Order: sequence, then C-alpha cells, then structure tokens
Amino acid sequence: MKQWNNFTKGFIKDNPVFILLLGLCPALGVTTSAFNGFGMGLATTFVLLGSNIVVSIIKNVIPNKVRIPCFIVIIASFVTIVQLTMEAFLPDLFDSLGLFIPLIVVNCLVMGRAEAFASKQDIWSSIVDAMGMGLGFTLALTMLGGLREILGAYSIFGIQLIPA
Amino acid sequence: MAKKESTFLNMVVTLFLVTAAAAFTLATVYNLTAEPIAQAREAKRQFAISQVVPEFDNLESRKFLPPGGGDSLEFNFAYLNNELVGVAVNTWTNRGYSGRITAMVGFKPDGTIIDVFTLNHAETPGLGDKIEKGKSDWSNQYKGLNPAADNIRIRQDNGQIDAITAATITARAFSDAVQRAHDTFAEHVLSQIKTEGEPVL
Repeated sequence: MKQWNNFTKGFIKDNPVFILLLGLCPALGVTTSAFNGFGMGLATTFVLLGSNIVVSIIKNVIPNKVRIPCFIVIIASFVTIVQLTMEAFLPDLFDSLGLFIPLIVVNCLVMGRAEAFASKQDIWSSIVDAMGMGLGFTLALTMLGGLREILGAYSIFGIQLIPA
Repeated sequence: MAKKESTFLNMVVTLFLVTAAAAFTLATVYNLTAEPIAQAREAKRQFAISQVVPEFDNLESRKFLPPGGGDSLEFNFAYLNNELVGVAVNTWTNRGYSGRITAMVGFKPDGTIIDVFTLNHAETPGLGDKIEKGKSDWSNQYKGLNPAADNIRIRQDNGQIDAITAATITARAFSDAVQRAHDTFAEHVLSQIKTEGEPVL
C-alpha cells in the first residue's frame, strides 16, 4: 500500500508540474505539441529513474557536504546518455527535442527527487517514486502539449481534428 | 550502514570515484553511439542536399577555402545528364548566439540561391531555432536572391532580410553563413563558369 501511494502521488496529489511547480522550464518550452511533451516526459522519466536508483544505492557512501555535486554529476551523466542515444537511434525526435535535452540537467524535478526522496529511501521505493513522478510529469506535459496543439493547429498527436 | 563523515579525505575520494565512474560510463556510451550518430548526420546531410538543389543523377564533392579564412566549405556539384544544375554548399558561421551554425545553401550555376537548409546549431530553443525549416518559414526569404545583386544582410545591417524577433544575432549569423557560401562560390566556381562555360573539377 505504501508503494502504491508512492507511485500514485506523482499523478495528482504531488503532480510535479501542477502541484509541486517543478520542472516548469520544459513544461513551457517543449509543449508545443502533444508528441513533443510526451517525448520530453519520457526522457525526463528515464533520467529520473536512473538518477534515483544510483543515488539511493550510493546514498550512504556519499559524505553529506559533497552530496549535491555528486547528484549533479550522476544526473548530468544520465542526461548525456539520453542525448547520445536519442541522436543515434531517434534522429527525428532529436531534431525536435534535442535543444531541450541538456536542460534536463537543471530540471529541479530530477534534483528535487534525488535530494528529497532517493537520498533518504531504499532503492525499491526510489524506483517507484521515479516512475510515479516521471509518468505524472509526462502526463502533465502531454496534457499541456495536447491543449496547445489543439488551440494552435487544430490537431492532436499530429492528427487533424478539423479539415483545414 | 552509517553515513560517511564529511572529512576532507572522504570527500576527495568520493568525488573522484563518482566523476571517474561517470567518465567511464559516458566514454562507453559515446563509443557505442558514435557510429549511428555519424550515420544519422550523414542521412541529414544527404537530405539537406536534396532539399537545396534540383533533381540530379550525379553528385561530386570538392572542398574550397572561403576567401575570409577559416575552415574549408564542402561543395556538392549536382549534375543531371552531365549538365550542372546546382551546387549545394555546406557552409558555417561562428557568429551564432551559442557557437557554430552549419547550413546547406543551394546555388544555381549563375549564383542565385535556390534554397537554404539549417544542419546544426545550438541557438535558443523557441527563438533562434526559427532558422530551422521545420520550425518556421523564415529561411524561405533567401530563395531566389542572388547575393551578387541583392544585399542578403538583415534589415538592421541595411540588408533586405527580415531578422527573427528576439533572435537578431542568430539571423545575422545565418546571413553571414550564406554570404560566406556565396563568396566562396563566386571566387572558385562562378569565375570559372564565366570564363570557361563549365567549372573545372
């Protein structure tokens, strides 16, 4: 039940964008279409998952005074992995999102979950938290992107709603 | 397990190990993705060439140094039935808002711009990225201009290209890249076409 709460809190009760107001830069920057929002959400979810796992594993061997630099190095590494992988295997998505990927490093959602959750909890809870928060973030970005796409181009996920 | 004390030695060792592990991981990922990334960029380059020159059946590449100095530009001569139909020039500028911008500029044999296509840049998302074809039709302004007769600088520099709102530096840089492509084209290709009818390759 505790894990279920950890998972679901990211969707509504502690939704990163609508309630915690974290990660607003990508939330405003990339949500020009539902697909862009979705892709950015999944990229952030992957980084969040990786950083939460690593941080919760090594939380006890990191001295308190240098924990933030360590978190940033870990997060930046995962972001670079996402960037290289996306450019190599999803060049089309990289064309539309590439410029925003480096911004995940300074996304306070990723940093916030590492500092506030993963550095205090066991690995299993951290995985569940990352999935919940990441998917909640994806949901929020997709909703915002969908809304802006409907208003801006009368389409959703690239499908025209009203014939032009 | 108790949390480690924040002694000087502990902190130095921890930071070293974390950064070393990160460096090792990134080097591995870089090696794994280097090949596919090169392929993706090559595909993009080929696509850009096809966008800026008319249909062709033969493509020859050659490099020329720009008159203003700096890295050489790659010229892709497009032939259809052995007749030169266009030249796609892979040009660059270092005047971008965040570093180098590379673009493909297509010329007719007389020096008129057929079309331009942005390849790589790191301009501000949402503002400077309007130089990309998929984001905005801003770059269509260059179509049909001949830099020998038309001033392809932006209006702020007394040219005839409308700059991009909130991204004047990016627009100025892009014009610089197109100008560099044309200057090199004029020096190495146009002069030969005028005297000999066909560029000597």
